[in-house]
Amino acid sequence: MDMMPPSSFDRGGPAQPLLIARDLRKHFKVKGGAPGAVVRAVDGVSFTLFKGETLGIVGESGCGKSTLARLLLHLIQPDEGELVFDGDTVAEVRGISVNALRRQVQMVFQDSYSSLNPRMPVQDSVAFGPYVHGKSRSAARQAARDILVKVGLNPDLFGPRYPHELSGGQKQRVNIARALAIEPRMVILDEAVSALDKSVEAQVLNLLRALKANFNLTYLFISHDLNVVRYISDRVLVMYLGSVVELGPVDEIFSRPLHPYTTALLGSRPSMDPANRIEEPPITGDPPSPIDPPSGCRFRTRCPHAEPVCAAKPPVLGEWHDRTSHVAACHLHDPASGHSMARATVGAA
Amino acid sequence: MDGGMKLAPNLVEVEDLTVRFVTREATVHAVNGVTFSVRPGEVLCILGESGSGKSVTLRALMRLLPPRRTKITGRMQVDGQDILSLDRGALRRLRGGLVSMIFQEPMTALDPVYTIGTQIIETICKHKGISRSAARARALELLELVKIPSAAQRLDNYPHELSGGLRQRAMIAMALSCDPRLLLADEPTTALDATVQIQVLILLRKLQRELGMGTIFVTHDLGVASEIADRIAVMYAGRIVEEGPVADVLRAPLHPYTQGLMASTVHGQARDQDIDAIPGSPPDLRRLPAGCSFAPRCRYATPECRASIPEPRSPEPGRMARCIRVEAAVHSFA
Repeated sequence: MDMMPPSSFDRGGPAQPLLIARDLRKHFKVKGGAPGAVVRAVDGVSFTLFKGETLGIVGESGCGKSTLARLLLHLIQPDEGELVFDGDTVAEVRGISVNALRRQVQMVFQDSYSSLNPRMPVQDSVAFGPYVHGKSRSAARQAARDILVKVGLNPDLFGPRYPHELSGGQKQRVNIARALAIEPRMVILDEAVSALDKSVEAQVLNLLRALKANFNLTYLFISHDLNVVRYISDRVLVMYLGSVVELGPVDEIFSRPLHPYTTALLGSRPSMDPANRIEEPPITGDPPSPIDPPSGCRFRTRCPHAEPVCAAKPPVLGEWHDRTSHVAACHLHDPASGHSMARATVGAA
Repeated sequence: MDGGMKLAPNLVEVEDLTVRFVTREATVHAVNGVTFSVRPGEVLCILGESGSGKSVTLRALMRLLPPRRTKITGRMQVDGQDILSLDRGALRRLRGGLVSMIFQEPMTALDPVYTIGTQIIETICKHKGISRSAARARALELLELVKIPSAAQRLDNYPHELSGGLRQRAMIAMALSCDPRLLLADEPTTALDATVQIQVLILLRKLQRELGMGTIFVTHDLGVASEIADRIAVMYAGRIVEEGPVADVLRAPLHPYTQGLMASTVHGQARDQDIDAIPGSPPDLRRLPAGCSFAPRCRYATPECRASIPEPRSPEPGRMARCIRVEAAVHSFA
């Protein structure tokens, strides 16, 4: 295909991380709140996204996972922090512009209906991206047809339809087609399968896996469904109240979680076995408000192992740069923290 | 089950319920001949995807559907009362009294301009005819029953001042305020976060056992059903396609749809393999296919499946599936 800058163009080589986020921060002012009150939506998030991998981001509502996704695309301006895309700093002189970034990073949202223009046939919605990025009308239309086939929709049958004439699963296929139409290198999937029925969710997950292999994509997969994240991700990042509490390879996170919050999250999954039901909830209460989060470790108000040191100083995540790093921001895993149960983490890179 | 229709020990009896929504353009066949029963103190989970008719069935039981556009036929009895023949006054006494309901979105189900205390007290006063101060004491008891911390202060909170989990607990407290014999729950934990969902599920299970309420719990989530159900009824395109004790259905589903639903539910599948998804999508309820509604998506479908709607078959007591591939051992199910 005659794409604008060849999007498979791999500048830094396969070992260079596709995206590095360093200490991203976004605070929102509270309307009508006390002077100076802010929502600490994303409060110092760092991670690396390697080429060709799927990084899953899990957390409960209000943990900042969707805000993080928007910061990565500069749909919201970060207050602080640095983004490096394939070696280029985003939105800086001698770096990569936001426009150029968006040509290579696309996003699929949860609500498949409201993210499509209701007054536009879906083939035009899909063709819009390539057209805006420089293709001729006819070439853009052809690109749209090609990609609709790839997501499993017959362009003659579904292309002329309007969003309201499609089912939820079909609309989400259109959204995926639209994201892929400009041949991005990375796709952010923000709860992209969460609103779908289980039987349709399975189809879309299969499609996402096939497309990833087909187009050599890198995924950032945001979800609250741990089972889905386990299935699709290579590595997992767990968020709680705007910060990263744990990061590691998927099998390690699920078999050997380090952070008490991750343990609680895993233990909250229904058993799927009526003979072995969960008798006691792993943790009680709701997550606190991100407007005035607890001092020190934000999880300490619900943590079974909380000690005074947890309120006194915030735990740090540790060495998060590597592909094999398995790290948690918890005083339990820092022998120097002063927590009575602290011990060195075994095996963390 | 077991010929219980005549002895009528059942709390709920629904027989051949159909619900159609009639508009000028089309008729939507939302529920198409549903038969089930619930014993006192039993939890029946109605499991189904969106548009399967599970919520419509629940709402029909409380006559919450818009009467002008809805055509309901069949028979529904709760505690011996014929739901379809109740007049307005009797319906008002039934709702919130004998039968109460909790909804998915507590923020829209609760009234935003009254404190939760006021809303619970009003319900108690209306149904029990006791004084406001006695009702307030009862409301406080209820908030403690559903484990709302510092219940006395929370009584004077407005819904928006509570977190999602507390709001759902407040709605449960309101639903329990007049000792219902039947609790209808429409996806009450779906909108909650994982760590909160399990807390509310466990709370509901405990309360249901302690109070001995019959419960119909509608959900799309197999995991939730496995945590709370005694029996499961699986709905597809407005029909119950399979029914049985929860452990049996999850261990060895009979109907191809139930099997497909379980295979589609991501739960520890191998990461390097595709999920065994059901192809296609559910039928348009305005134009249902003849015969088995699942046939167009079913890998085992034969011309016989498309010819007529499969009758319920029961391979063992207490289990039922509407599929011609299921061997009927006992013929007395329906």
